[in-house]
Amino acid sequence: MELVVFVLAAAMILVGAIGVIVRSNPVHAALSLILTLFGVAVMFVAQNAHFLAAVQVIVYAGAIVVLFLFVIMLLGVDRSEDLSSEPFKVQRPLAAIVGLGVIGLVVAAVVSSRDAISVRGTGLNVADTLGDGDTNIKQLARSVFGDYVVAFEVTSVLLVVAVVGTVLLTRRVKGSGKDT
Amino acid sequence: MLELIWLIPALPLLGFLVNVVLGRVLGEPKSGALATLMVAASFVVTVGAFFDLISMPAEERHHVVTGFSWVPVGSLHVDLAFLADPLSITMALFVTGIGTLIHLYAIGYMHGDPNFSKFFIYLNLFVFSMLMLVMGENLLVTFLGWEGVGTCSYFLISFWHTRDSAATAGKKAFVTNRVGDWGVMMGMFLALGAAGTLSYSGINHAAESGALSAVTATAIGLMLFIGACGKSAQLPLYIWLPDAMEGPTPVSALIHAATMVTAGVFLMTRVNPVLAIAYDWVPTLIAIVGVATALFAATIAVAQTDIKKVLAYSTVSQLGFMFLAVGSGAYVAAIFHMVTHAFFKALLFLGSGSVIHGMHHEQDMRRMGALRKLMPVTAFTFIIGWLAIAGVPPFAGFWSKDEILLFAFAKSPILYVVGMITALLTAFYMTRQVIMVFFGEARWNDHSAEHGAHGDFKPHESPKIMLLPLVVLAGLSVIGGVMQLPFTKDLHFLEKWLEPVIEFGEADIHASWAYENKYLLLGIAVVVAISGILLSAVVYAKKKIGAIEPALLADGWRYDRAITSFMGGPGRRVFDGVAWVDRTIVDGAVNGVGRLVQGAGGTLRKGQTGAVRNYAAAVGLGVVALLVWFLLRGVVL
Amino acid sequence: MSSLAAATPTTTWYLILAAVLFGIGAVGVLVRRNPLVMFMCIELMLNAVNLSFVALAEKMGDIGGQTTVFFVMVVAAAEVVVGLGIIVSIMRRRPGVTADDVSALRG
Repeated sequence: MELVVFVLAAAMILVGAIGVIVRSNPVHAALSLILTLFGVAVMFVAQNAHFLAAVQVIVYAGAIVVLFLFVIMLLGVDRSEDLSSEPFKVQRPLAAIVGLGVIGLVVAAVVSSRDAISVRGTGLNVADTLGDGDTNIKQLARSVFGDYVVAFEVTSVLLVVAVVGTVLLTRRVKGSGKDT
Repeated sequence: MLELIWLIPALPLLGFLVNVVLGRVLGEPKSGALATLMVAASFVVTVGAFFDLISMPAEERHHVVTGFSWVPVGSLHVDLAFLADPLSITMALFVTGIGTLIHLYAIGYMHGDPNFSKFFIYLNLFVFSMLMLVMGENLLVTFLGWEGVGTCSYFLISFWHTRDSAATAGKKAFVTNRVGDWGVMMGMFLALGAAGTLSYSGINHAAESGALSAVTATAIGLMLFIGACGKSAQLPLYIWLPDAMEGPTPVSALIHAATMVTAGVFLMTRVNPVLAIAYDWVPTLIAIVGVATALFAATIAVAQTDIKKVLAYSTVSQLGFMFLAVGSGAYVAAIFHMVTHAFFKALLFLGSGSVIHGMHHEQDMRRMGALRKLMPVTAFTFIIGWLAIAGVPPFAGFWSKDEILLFAFAKSPILYVVGMITALLTAFYMTRQVIMVFFGEARWNDHSAEHGAHGDFKPHESPKIMLLPLVVLAGLSVIGGVMQLPFTKDLHFLEKWLEPVIEFGEADIHASWAYENKYLLLGIAVVVAISGILLSAVVYAKKKIGAIEPALLADGWRYDRAITSFMGGPGRRVFDGVAWVDRTIVDGAVNGVGRLVQGAGGTLRKGQTGAVRNYAAAVGLGVVALLVWFLLRGVVL
Repeated sequence: MSSLAAATPTTTWYLILAAVLFGIGAVGVLVRRNPLVMFMCIELMLNAVNLSFVALAEKMGDIGGQTTVFFVMVVAAAEVVVGLGIIVSIMRRRPGVTADDVSALRG
C-alpha cells in the first residue's frame, strides 16, 4: 500500500518538476509546480508529518504559487519563452553536468551511508487510528515554541522586514510616476 | 681648538648656504668677501688645531671628533667623523690658506662678471668638499668629499657654460673622474670586506698587524690607485686636466693646481700601510706610472702655446713626480712636494691669470712678450715661481724635487734618470714660457686690431687685490723649502711631524748608495736645472738654435684623439650593443610580463558575461566538485 | 511480483527522490531565462530539501527535522515576497526582460 502511494506521489512530483523546467509558458510552469507541491504534500503525510503537509498545501501551493501567478498576470510575462535557442552555447552542457553530477553524487552518498543513519531522538508521535489526532501538531508545537523559540521570533521579524522591504522596493513615488 | 675641527669644513659650507640664499642680494663684492672670510676663518681654526697638535706628544697626535652615526646598518658602522692628525692638518692648512688667497684674488679677477656670486657659491662648496676629503676619519667621508670636489670641478670648469668648449670640458672632467671613482668604490668595498671597517685607523691597523693579506692589500691599493689616477690626472686618465683650463683662472689655480688634483696623492699617503704590505710590484707600478706621466706631460708642455695649457701639463708632470715619490716609498717627499707645488703652481696660475687679465683675455703666448716692464709685480712673482718649479736652489721646488729623486734613485736608477730628464724638460719649458711672456719683443701690437680695436692697446698691471696673493705665494715659494732641508736630521721638520702617519710605509734608504751620495745628487740636480734654463735661453732668447716644437707634441701625442676615435668608433658600437640589450632583453622581459598579465586578464575577462545564469552554473560546478572531493576523501565511499 | 508489491519505501528511496528533484530544479535554474520560472525552479530545490528533512526526521525519530521544514517554509515565503518584489521593479522598467539582459556587470 505504501509502495503504491509512494510511486504515485513520486510520479506527481517528477512529472510536475519536468513540467516546470520544460514548459515555455510561465503559467503552465506554475501549474506544474502546483502538481509537484501536491506530490510533496502526499509524501509528507506518508512520513507522519501531517501538519507540515497541511502547511505545504495552504502556504506553498495556496499562497506562494498564487503570488507567482499574480505577478505573471500583472506583468504580462505570460508570453512564451523561446526554449529552442540558447545564447550561451556552453550553458546547456554545463547544466547537464551540474544536474547529473548532483544527482549522481548525492545518490551515491545516500546509498553508501544508508546503514549509518540511526535513531537519535525521542521518536515521532504518531496518531493511532482511534486516538488523539493532533499528536503531531503538539509535538511540533513543543519543539517550535520550546527548543526553537528564538528562531521563531526571529523569523517573525523576518516576515515583517520582508513585507516592509518589498513595499518600499516597489512603490511608486507620488506624482513622479517613477519607482524608487 | 681640537674639538672644533668640525668647523673647518662647516664654515665654507655656511658660506655656501648664505651665498645661495643671499648671493644675488649681496652682489659684488660682498658675496666674494663673505666667501673669502669663511675660508679665512677656517684657516684660523686649522692653525689653532695645528698648535694644539704640536703641543701634544707625537704618539697622541690623532684626534677624532665624531659628528653623528651616519650609516648604522647591521655590522657596518660608519660615522661622520673628522680626524685631526699631522697629515690632515697639513693638508687643511694649505687648502684653507691658499684657498683664502685665491678667493681674494678671484674677487678681483671676476670683477664685472654677471654671475659673480654664483662663482663664490661654487668656490665655497668646493673648499667644503675638499676639507671633508682631507679631514675625513674614514673612507666614506673622504669619498663624500671626493665626489663633491669632482662635482664642483664640473661646475667651475663649465662656469662660462654658454661656451661650448667649456661645457664639454666640464663633462669630460666629470666623466673621466667617474672612471677613477669606480676604482675608489671598489677599494672601499674591498677594504670593508677585508677589514670590516672603513675608518683609516681600522684599515691601517689591519694592514700593520697582518690581518690584511697581501693579495687583498694589493687589490685595495690598485683600486684606490685607479681612483687616484682619475682625480690626480695620471697617465691613462689625465685627459681632462688640459681641457679643464676652460674654467676661470682662479679655478685652475685652486682646483687644478693646489688642491683637488692632490687628493689622489693624499689618498695614497693615507693608506700607506696597505701599500706597504701589498706585493712589491704595486709600488713599482705606481712609481712607473708616475714617472712616465711626468715625462709624457713634460714633452707635451714644450710645444704648447696657450699660457695656461703649459701650466696644466706642467701640473700633470709634477703630479707624476708625486706619484713617483709614493711609489718609491717617499711619502714625506710626496707631501713636501705637494705643499711646495701648491705654493708655486698656484702662484704661476694666478700670475698667468694676471697676465691674461692685463692682456684683456689674450691667452696665446705668441702674442705676448716684453711684459715685465708693464706688469712688474706680476713678472717678479712669476719669475720666483719659475725658479721654484725649475728646481733652482734655494727656492722651495728644488728641495722637494731633490728629495723625491733621492728616493727614486734608491728604488731604481732608471727612475732617477727619467726623473732627471723630466726635470731638465721642466726647466726648459718653464724658461720658454717666461721668455715668451715677459721678455723678448712685444708681439701684442701685431694683432691688436683683433682685440676690438682699442686704439692704443697696452697691457696693464692688475689691481692690488689680485697682486697681494701673488706676493704672499711668492714669499712662500722662497722659504717653503725650510720644512725639510736634507742637510741634517734636525732640519727634517716635515718628516718628524708626519712620522706617526707614515712610519709604517716610509722607505728606509739610509743604507743605500743614493743616501750616502746625496750631496752629489744634489749637485747634479742643480746642474741639470741650470742647463735646462740656459738651453731654453739659447733657443728662445738668443735664437741661436731653432725651436723644435713638433705638431705631435703640441697635440699631446695624439692620445686624446685616439681615445675620442676609439670611443666614437668601437666604443660606441659596444655601447649601442649594451643599449640594445637593455632595450630589447631587459625592457622586453619587464614589459613582456606586463603584456602577459594583460593577455591573461583579457582571456579571463571573457568569463565575466554579466549573466546570472553563467554565474549560477559556475556555482553549480563548484558544488559538484566539492561533492566529488568530499566523497573521495570521506569515509563513505 | 508480490514481493515487489510488498516492498515498503525506505528512507533511502525518499532521499533519492529528493536528490532527483533537486537536480531537476538546479538544471531548471541554469537553463530557463524567464526570471519567474527560474524562481519556481528554486522552489523545487527547496521542496526537495524539505522532503529529505522530513524523511530523515521520520527515520531518526527526531522532531527537529520537521521543525526545520517549518522554518524553511516561512523563510521561503519571505524570500518569494522579496524576490518577486525585485522582479516586479525590474520588469516594470523593462518589460520582457530575461535573466540574460540584466548584465550590467559584464567585464
